[in-house]
Amino acid sequence: MTFHHETLPNGLQVILERNERARSVAAGFFVRTGSRDEPPELAGVSHFLEHMVFKGTPRRDALAVNRDFDRIGARHNAQTSEEDTIYHVSCLPEYLPAALDVLADILRPRLDAEDFETEKQVIIEEIKMYDDNPMMVAYEAAKAAHFSGHPLGGSVLGTEETISALTVEQMRDYFTRHYGPPNVVLAVAGNAEWGLVLDLASRLCGSWTGSGVPRALPAHRGVGQPRAVLREEDHQETIVAVADAPGLESPDRHAASLVATMIGDHTGSRLYWELIDPGLADGADLSFQDYQSAGAFYTFLSCDPPSAQANLDRIAEVYRDFSDDGPTDDELERAKNKVLSRLVLRGERPMGRLMPLGSDWTYRRAHIPVEKEIAAYSAVTLDDARRVLEAYPLLPMTVVAVGPNVEVRPPV
Amino acid sequence: MTAELFQHQFPNGLVLLAEPMPDVQSAAFSFLIPAGAAFEPADRPGAAAMVGEWIIRGAGDRDSRSLLSVLDELGVAHSEGAQTVHTSVSAAALGKNLLPALGIFADVVRRPTLDEQEVEPIRALCLQSLRSLEDDPGSKALTELRRRHFADPWGRSAIGTVEGVTAATPDDLRAHFRRAYRPDGAILGVAGAFDWKAVKDEVARLFGDWEPGAPTEIVERPSGPSRSHIEQETQQTQIALAFPTVPVSHPDYYRARAAAAILGGYTSARLFTEVREKRGLCYSVFASYEAFRDRAAVVCYAGTAPDRAQQTLDVTLEEIRRLVSGGVNQEELDMMRAGLKSALIMQQESSMSRSGSLASDWYHLGRVRPLDEVAAALDALTPEEVGDFASGFDLDAMTILTLGPEPLQLG
Repeated sequence: MTFHHETLPNGLQVILERNERARSVAAGFFVRTGSRDEPPELAGVSHFLEHMVFKGTPRRDALAVNRDFDRIGARHNAQTSEEDTIYHVSCLPEYLPAALDVLADILRPRLDAEDFETEKQVIIEEIKMYDDNPMMVAYEAAKAAHFSGHPLGGSVLGTEETISALTVEQMRDYFTRHYGPPNVVLAVAGNAEWGLVLDLASRLCGSWTGSGVPRALPAHRGVGQPRAVLREEDHQETIVAVADAPGLESPDRHAASLVATMIGDHTGSRLYWELIDPGLADGADLSFQDYQSAGAFYTFLSCDPPSAQANLDRIAEVYRDFSDDGPTDDELERAKNKVLSRLVLRGERPMGRLMPLGSDWTYRRAHIPVEKEIAAYSAVTLDDARRVLEAYPLLPMTVVAVGPNVEVRPPV
Repeated sequence: MTAELFQHQFPNGLVLLAEPMPDVQSAAFSFLIPAGAAFEPADRPGAAAMVGEWIIRGAGDRDSRSLLSVLDELGVAHSEGAQTVHTSVSAAALGKNLLPALGIFADVVRRPTLDEQEVEPIRALCLQSLRSLEDDPGSKALTELRRRHFADPWGRSAIGTVEGVTAATPDDLRAHFRRAYRPDGAILGVAGAFDWKAVKDEVARLFGDWEPGAPTEIVERPSGPSRSHIEQETQQTQIALAFPTVPVSHPDYYRARAAAAILGGYTSARLFTEVREKRGLCYSVFASYEAFRDRAAVVCYAGTAPDRAQQTLDVTLEEIRRLVSGGVNQEELDMMRAGLKSALIMQQESSMSRSGSLASDWYHLGRVRPLDEVAAALDALTPEEVGDFASGFDLDAMTILTLGPEPLQLG
């Protein structure tokens, strides 16, 4: 395993984690832009733009983009979050030049006005699809309530209103500002040679122009107003609750992640034994998400609507017990073993390595091989876990309830 | 690209398949036991899933908590549960922890505690899962489509029904366990970093004295109806349809796979191109190939706003008819082939997915296909063969199900 990096003259960062024994290679453009970078009237533009990137370039129409990936059997996709828009592909090593030829080409899209109107309908369908999913409705509403007034409170998909009102000129402006090469990392993982990667990057991306763009990075502390979203037809009540957590700059992110695993992993955690094992709920977990300058512990609960309050109170009781008595040695060891094994399994595939690789370089300008990440998790102590919870208590939480029961209150 | 394969069938019927992967540290296994929903009593839908949940709640000399604790200590990522045909237990860990993990799961499938106090919590959990399915229109539509398209019990979803889960007694569940958890018909696929002799000896020690039983006879019953609408106040209308094709063991299998992929298996496939890219009618649309040992179907799905659902269905049906009457071209065939071949090679990077494929191959074929054989069969396909095969699709046997605020005109 070797690591290489280079900054092209136009500012594009190019990195490779080479694994000669891999059977495939994965590559991705990590564009540092997402919903947190959008003014409210442009809510959803980053995600809509991600769709438009696949709609063609001066050299290829949308059908040719899909066809040129499919011809080489490449698996490609893209994702937009609060902070990043990532375009990725995985393929057999001999097809890397062909795959990057398409992937780099589409990162300079034509953003055609007619395509824009057609794709607008697809985005609205995607919004409707998520409207039929109570967990997504609750998650979006909880993020908005918790991060109210903070850039992380915006919706990734936007709303039918903001998407309908968006113009292609606004999207073109947004593209020009946010897709400049200093704002982009090209990461490659797996079976590829550095000389080839660098040559392809220079040839395919060397002519890109544009500058970097600053991002507002306010911290976030506190809880937001509770909210209930009535959905009478739902069979289950879905609750998402949020509390602040360390941000991605923090050395405590490994400890925070282990705290979430001990308390709220989908199996064998404290929430599992308290709620899932006795059949009180069909979903109860805690996860840790780090962002730039902020972080969040997300609590998810799905259960019978009449028992929602009692179950939420049980969760609060679990959190209080954990904070008061702290985790046990055994509990911490088990959580570490679980996380380490997942890291190894995921790291065995180039596609599994690509995501942490690109993200570490985007935000830390660091290469963190799997072994180093394992060492960081292994070094977490009980005191580290306690310190995280003192600095970032799990209670109180911003609580959003979705379903027939609108009487759910934040636990006291 | 074919890897070495070890296989052994024990006298009690258990089949062990193992493929070493030189470049990984992990090892995974996939254990298929023919104890799925197809083998549960017809008046107890959901019983197989309840048993699947029961066996993990204490086994051998470990109670429920120490069972999950020891798996966590060993860093074993695992999932278990009933499906239509099998109850599946799969696990992955560092290679050195493979044998201990197998030992734990030998207790789980052979010596579960089956503590009666666990049944009510399991029932409550299964009822909650059924309610959550009601809140997930896409999954509900596909579940209800399979129920109507395949003859019972092949159309059953392991999730069962409220009536079945409510009625199942501890005795019903124990009876299912005794009848269905057997070595004959069970398949254990192992892939990753392991020593074959050590694995074989340990599996012999753990499962060699497992007594075979009498096979459960399956009585097939017709299902249907072929056209139905489920009224539900949703933002999107769900469209799901299925028509029969040939199973994996059939000489035309690769033609069937190719036809399904060309219809809707990749991003430039026909459904994605015509429904989403050209017309912007929906976000999610696909066609996939689904098979049991002796029957299979092409399943298509789309979700779209109610006012555009009719057009989405019409375009989808039109594309299926065009496949039947108009054949396929060389370029489509090449793309299908490139996609399936890449997937085969990339599968060899994941011990978890490779172990699953070994077990699945044995279920469908009674052998593991060498990857070179699959690649050669894909290479040999011609557009004429695939087109001829597609022209034989029996669209009169199509099942269509819609779910949403308004019914559609079903062609």
